[in-house]
Amino acid sequence: MALTITQSAAERVKAYLDNRGKGIGVRLGVKTSGCSGMAYVIEFVDEVNDAEDVLFEDNGVTIVVDKKSLVYIDGTAIDYGKEGLNEGFKFTNPNESDRCGCGESFTI
Amino acid sequence: MALLQIAEPGQSSAPHQRRFAVGIDLGTTNSLVATVRSGVAETLPDASGNHLLPSVVRYQPDHDPVVGIEAKSSSVDDPLNTIVSIKRLMGRGIEDLKSLGNRLPYKFAETESSVPRIATSAGHVSAVEVSAEILKSLKDRSEQTLGDELVGAVITVPAYFDDAQRQATKDAARLANINVLRLLNEPTAAAVAYGLDSGQEGVIAVYDLGGGTFDISILRLNKGVFEVLSTGGDSALGGDDFDHAIAEWIIPQIGLNKTELEPSQARLLLREACKAKEALAENEQVELNIELNENHRWFGLLTRDQFQQLVDPLIKKTLLACRRAIRDAGVDQADIVDVVMVGGSTRTLRVRELVGDFFKQQPLVSIDPDKVVAIGAAIQANSLAGNDPDGEMLLLDVIPLSLGIEIMGGLTEKIIHRNTPIPVSRAQEFTTYKDGQTAMAVHVVQGERELISDCRSLARFELRGFPPQVAGSARIRVTFQVDADGLLSVSAREETSGVEAHVEVKPSYGLNDAEIEKMLRDSMDYAKDDMLARSLREQQVEADRVIVALDAAMAEDADEMLEADERDAILKARDILLQTKQTSNDVQEIKQAVQAVERASASYVAKRMNASVQKTMAGHKVEEFTVEDENK
Repeated sequence: MALTITQSAAERVKAYLDNRGKGIGVRLGVKTSGCSGMAYVIEFVDEVNDAEDVLFEDNGVTIVVDKKSLVYIDGTAIDYGKEGLNEGFKFTNPNESDRCGCGESFTI
Repeated sequence: MALLQIAEPGQSSAPHQRRFAVGIDLGTTNSLVATVRSGVAETLPDASGNHLLPSVVRYQPDHDPVVGIEAKSSSVDDPLNTIVSIKRLMGRGIEDLKSLGNRLPYKFAETESSVPRIATSAGHVSAVEVSAEILKSLKDRSEQTLGDELVGAVITVPAYFDDAQRQATKDAARLANINVLRLLNEPTAAAVAYGLDSGQEGVIAVYDLGGGTFDISILRLNKGVFEVLSTGGDSALGGDDFDHAIAEWIIPQIGLNKTELEPSQARLLLREACKAKEALAENEQVELNIELNENHRWFGLLTRDQFQQLVDPLIKKTLLACRRAIRDAGVDQADIVDVVMVGGSTRTLRVRELVGDFFKQQPLVSIDPDKVVAIGAAIQANSLAGNDPDGEMLLLDVIPLSLGIEIMGGLTEKIIHRNTPIPVSRAQEFTTYKDGQTAMAVHVVQGERELISDCRSLARFELRGFPPQVAGSARIRVTFQVDADGLLSVSAREETSGVEAHVEVKPSYGLNDAEIEKMLRDSMDYAKDDMLARSLREQQVEADRVIVALDAAMAEDADEMLEADERDAILKARDILLQTKQTSNDVQEIKQAVQAVERASASYVAKRMNASVQKTMAGHKVEEFTVEDENK
């Protein structure tokens, strides 16, 4: 399995990284918090931890995931979407079985 | 599902814990809102993709106010109920309207209060209420965009805004239910947007020509901290005036004069003028086709040369203000390392050209001049909301005019001098003037002049109920505090008793730039007069003090201590002093009269002193006094 990122999401990430002026990619992960168990994390990456991190390449973007998180989000596709005026990154995670009403946290 | 933004490493927040903060540029002509998302500060568009929200509010009976583009489009048909350029009225009193009134087509309601209210078909509205509608609209837009409530906003104001105008802006935000993280000066926001805070140290000029206001600010960047060295400008000069200049050039060519125009025709003309001005940024000339009614139609050509003739006097006016601000800042023109251009009117090529010539360098124009202030405010809001790990940005602003209190003789004692960086707190000790005094009036004033009558009164309050003491022995500490938003609070405390009094200054109406400038100029022009007036008043106060003290003493023991001739001599000198003080404008003359009284009463004073010492020492041994002395 692997993590994938859509073309449009990849363009966004590249633009944000350029703007930021540093960083090698995005880190995806989960945090055990939130109203329904786990919450998704998406962060810029400045450093990779060789012992813990797994790297993926898709559409020219480096995706970094720590091994612990990978269990929960393997197979996830990242997309960039708009809902009304709001826009941002979306996780489509095949492991997810339920999520809170707001969609910010989920359970497996 | 929720739409996520990329966080800085390790800075991901828990769900529902995100702290969304925005920067709002509440402008005279247009307003904007911006925020930082995935590390990028950007302005937020509405559903149709428009970033700029025209600062226009239309009131209709039985209808919520309409804000923005829709309201702007009704400005020609319904000028009396469509409020534009409301920022010019923020914090202004009825008195101030006289200087603005001829340009404002509204009907002002007769009111008892000092705050002007505009009569619309939906009732009377104040400037604060109109601004609150604009802020509400921006707040709705940002909450829809961010998908959550805002924790707060940084709202920008012109550097020249006085306390009343800043307070009015805060009031408008409160009315719109926005938590103000802080008010930020527009030039400082612009410098932050260009990232100058992480750039080369030095002096920066921010040239801000908006729709209705012009501001020039000289900032110094030192170790990542901005300090505003000086500000200047004109709150009644902007791109609107370019439009007026073009319109006034057209009016006679149509065969009309200004007074015959109906408000809607005037608006139509201004709109066409504005379009022509914008078109000239790309074209050498522009065709105008104006139809006011069947009889008044005009077709003409506006060339860049003609346009330059119309606007050059206005641009030159801004450069004069630049020169003054540089002088005020005490820097050399050559010290200026960057010139930041702000405001839609800096798109006018002629403005860039003349500003470039003046500062002898290419001004910074890479960030959209309409958006740059909002973007800087968003960066500041983001760091104030705690989203920026290394965002310890300190922004210093200065107060435009000195603040002080009135002392005896109608003189000013400055406590915080102008151009002092804020926030600031300064205290000074004062004392009582008469024996047994138990209250003191504190009169807070603003201005550079020596006499109270030439300064602007901000507030008065009284410190009451401290214990009666001999004149000069009470210790009253007056503390002036100006917060980061430029709002002043003054407190007075009598140190021995701990009695306190306090006032927050919310002046009822504001000063405009021209008045501030005039006050500054006057303080230079009248420097010598002021100095003479001050020493005269001081001598008069001294004369009063001598007379009061003498009268008090004589009422007490003149009969027992003085021979008749001695007493007559003292009284004679006293009367001469009283008369000299009342009639003479000569400092030396009064001084001599004071000295004459002192000479005449010298032996009387000595006798009293002895009597008082004897009274104190009676019944005590010499040793006791020595011990006490050692204890001191």
